Amino acid sequence: MPAPIRLRELIRTIRTARTQAEEREMIQKECAAIRSSFREEDNTYRCRNVAKLLYMHMLGYPAHFGQLECLKLIASQKFTDKRIGYLGAMLLLDERQDVHLLMTNCIKNDLNHSTQYVQGLALCTLGCMGSSEMCRDLAGEVEKLLKTSNSYLRKKAALCAVHVIRKVPELMEMFLPATKNLLSEKNHGVLHTSVVLLTEMCERSPDMLLHFRKVWILVPQLVRILKNLIMSGYSPEHDVSGISDPFLQVRILRLLRILGRSDDDSSEAMNDILAQVATNTETSKNVGNAILYETVLTIMDIKSESGLRVLAINILGRFLLNNDKNIRYVALTSLLKTVQTDHNAVQRHRSTIVDCLKDLDVSIKRRAMELSFALVNGNNIRGMMKELLYFLDSCDPEFKADCASGVFLAAEKYAPSKRWHIDTIMRVLTTAGSYVRDDSVPNLIQLITNSVEMHAYTVQRLYKALLDDISQQPLVQVSSWCIGEYGDLLVSGQCEEEEPIQVTEDEVLDVLEGLLVSNLSTPVTRGYSLTAIMKLSTRFSSVNRIKKVVSIYGSSIDVELQQRAVEYNALFKKYDHMRPALLERMPIMEKTASNGPTEIVQTNGETEPSVPDTKHPPLVTQPANQANDLLDLLGGNDVVPVIQTTLPTKPASAGGELLDLLGDLSLSSGPAPAPSVPISQPPFLLDGLSSQPLFNDISAAIPPMTAYSKNGLKIEFTFERANPNPNIAVITIHATNTTEADMTEFVFQAAVPKTFQLQLLSPSSNMVPALNQGSVTQVIRVLNPQKQQLRMRVKLTYTHKGSPVQDLAEVNNFPPQSWQ
Amino acid sequence: MQFMLLFSRQGKLRLQKWYVPLSDKERKKISRDLVQTILARKPKMCSFLEWRDLKIVYKRYASLYFCCAVEDQDNELITLEIIHRYVELLDKYFGSVCELDIIFNFEKAYFILDEFLLGGEAQETSKKNVLKAIEQADLLQELWEPPQGWLSELSLPAST
Repeated sequence: MPAPIRLRELIRTIRTARTQAEEREMIQKECAAIRSSFREEDNTYRCRNVAKLLYMHMLGYPAHFGQLECLKLIASQKFTDKRIGYLGAMLLLDERQDVHLLMTNCIKNDLNHSTQYVQGLALCTLGCMGSSEMCRDLAGEVEKLLKTSNSYLRKKAALCAVHVIRKVPELMEMFLPATKNLLSEKNHGVLHTSVVLLTEMCERSPDMLLHFRKVWILVPQLVRILKNLIMSGYSPEHDVSGISDPFLQVRILRLLRILGRSDDDSSEAMNDILAQVATNTETSKNVGNAILYETVLTIMDIKSESGLRVLAINILGRFLLNNDKNIRYVALTSLLKTVQTDHNAVQRHRSTIVDCLKDLDVSIKRRAMELSFALVNGNNIRGMMKELLYFLDSCDPEFKADCASGVFLAAEKYAPSKRWHIDTIMRVLTTAGSYVRDDSVPNLIQLITNSVEMHAYTVQRLYKALLDDISQQPLVQVSSWCIGEYGDLLVSGQCEEEEPIQVTEDEVLDVLEGLLVSNLSTPVTRGYSLTAIMKLSTRFSSVNRIKKVVSIYGSSIDVELQQRAVEYNALFKKYDHMRPALLERMPIMEKTASNGPTEIVQTNGETEPSVPDTKHPPLVTQPANQANDLLDLLGGNDVVPVIQTTLPTKPASAGGELLDLLGDLSLSSGPAPAPSVPISQPPFLLDGLSSQPLFNDISAAIPPMTAYSKNGLKIEFTFERANPNPNIAVITIHATNTTEADMTEFVFQAAVPKTFQLQLLSPSSNMVPALNQGSVTQVIRVLNPQKQQLRMRVKLTYTHKGSPVQDLAEVNNFPPQSWQ
Repeated sequence: MQFMLLFSRQGKLRLQKWYVPLSDKERKKISRDLVQTILARKPKMCSFLEWRDLKIVYKRYASLYFCCAVEDQDNELITLEIIHRYVELLDKYFGSVCELDIIFNFEKAYFILDEFLLGGEAQETSKKNVLKAIEQADLLQELWEPPQGWLSELSLPAST
């Protein structure tokens, strides 16, 4: 058989192929030849064949049949064979294949070879792709080589040890003794790799870190090495553009960072050298800036004195003005990390940062945007918002959602006036309306509701926006909600802030109906408009038109719309007396814990301002049912259950659910409020209601009372007067247990006479711990518009010592202040 | 460093060094996608990008793109220097290196890389020492061959 063609020959041939098909043909032919050659166990040409296989593998063709051949090459005595064999192993094998374990023995032998280049090959392969099993087997050999005086091998062993530690962290300890003397080496290769090894150990083990800090006292040693690098004259071997071994400098700075983090002594020990590096490093080339960058990162991360920190921020500020966009990018990234801690210093560079919004590079723009949001405060809000809105207009779609959210957050926190706030929201909705996040819609609605004096202005502007464009769903949703709520203000032309427009009821209904039929509207939007139309039935006079619309949609194909329409129809027909109350103006909504500082959370790749975290307490759907049970139990005389309504529920996006909220919180002296409805509430509203005692001023201090005390279970009521509605009493029950056993599955139910209305919120838990070790609390809100004497029937169920217990009681001893 | 890729302007891979365990299929997918992403970037854009959850540093030298994926804590600017050092090494070894050199002598490109980086980190910061080691290893390759037929079997270093 003729000798297989040489590697270069093959490469040349394949490159002459003019089409993919031709290339494939050549490759297949050659592969076949190689396969038969392998089958013949030809030692002479194995190396050549594997090399060719590796080339074809790089082109994308399968080469797995060469894996075993690589192993044979590694086992060969010829250096050429070993070289190609190890290369093949690194390219073709990975630790998921069992084959790779066969290498272990060869590597072990080669680690002890007499020729350092063979040892080097073995170390390189192990350090590049060694699996955990291999590492476990060979760690001892690596550790031995770490102690050799041959610096060529020592540096490789150090990096190999790094890999071993990454794969098998438990083995870290065994390398500790050998590592001790590494830093006293003169050879830069060994120094560099030792620093890498030390860094890896520190990052993985806090104990090691402490050990290095306190016992080995590494910091002065590292400072000394760094100092020598900087102070020493020109060394041709390690010089890069006038800087001596920048790679080593950067690694040392990084290790110093880890050592100095949250440790005063270490940080102090490195203060001087950091200042020196920061001021003396040449900045004309990338390499100098690389060192400065690392220095800045270190200064910001350790406990440095303020002068040093200011120095660091100023370096970053200079970076921002650098022509090199890579430097600008790096500066923005670092500023982003430090903006929380050194806010004022970063503020000084605000205008440069804002300029970066106009940069051509996407990554730079993104960072500039995040940083800009982080820098917004009460003083610069107007100017910053102008820039940011301009950015929102012109930026790529991938930014719009985040930018819009950021604008909303910033506006909410720092709006100088309500009008400015509404205008800003309008601007965002009209320019980037379709990119606004879904959860912004309920937040905006809440905002608008709470800006009472701006209602007329807001609804007018939103209406005008709708006339222009109905394609942007969030805008449409917010607008239709507002029109539903404040339509009466719209037609009465009451706007103070700007020229009121003349609009008739029919025109408004036209617009809303238009939304219902438009192809641009999503089902959610349709839901909003239907509900809005319904609400207008109490605000407009053209009720018949509304009735007609609602009844049409009773047969809509969309199940959601259909359900709503049917329920609204029912409202017209059977529950017309409740309609005004139900469709009443939305009360001011309490906010949950305020949004934190505009925290820009940067995850790798994805950066977004953190949206306020609204919690979802468990819904209280139970009380309604329980009340019904009570009714049954008590024969339903004068006790009225918590009304279970058939009010429509909404999917996730909240708008319409607001309709169903209790009118308890109404500002205006409302008529009989809507019944309490324990259906799915939008999260933030429910938060406001249940998580904290809403009405904090215990204005009239109403004394607490013991409502129930029997069999070791004691229930105390404490009172708060609801503010501003004095007709509501907020009762918090505290259930405690004096027996020795816990009371589990504890459920508290209550019913009140017909003239009252009751809402039970979710309990803190359903287990009353024994021996008064804790209590279960639950909030009850009782509406008492007629100011009658408060009476209540309670039913308690729980499991005690394994057996269920049930009890009924009447509570009549309410203090007079609770209902007067 | 997690991996380094060298590819041409047409997207053809010239070298791929992986420092993390991934299957062949995964590697192919990552290479393909990343190459597309980088080739789509305009010349004026900066050398760093975030891609999936990796930090990518890349630089173009003539017709070849050198692209590295580094860890979160890695210094991007010094990675650029690492790439540059590698190019310098190739240049010194091949004498004014061009893409063809790397195509026809890909195994040497790997050998040089493996003398410069190990496990994704730099093992030797002196250019001289890296080149010396390569030189010695090449010599070993020549000398270790049995006398007959060595000419035909050797892949001769390009400098001779």
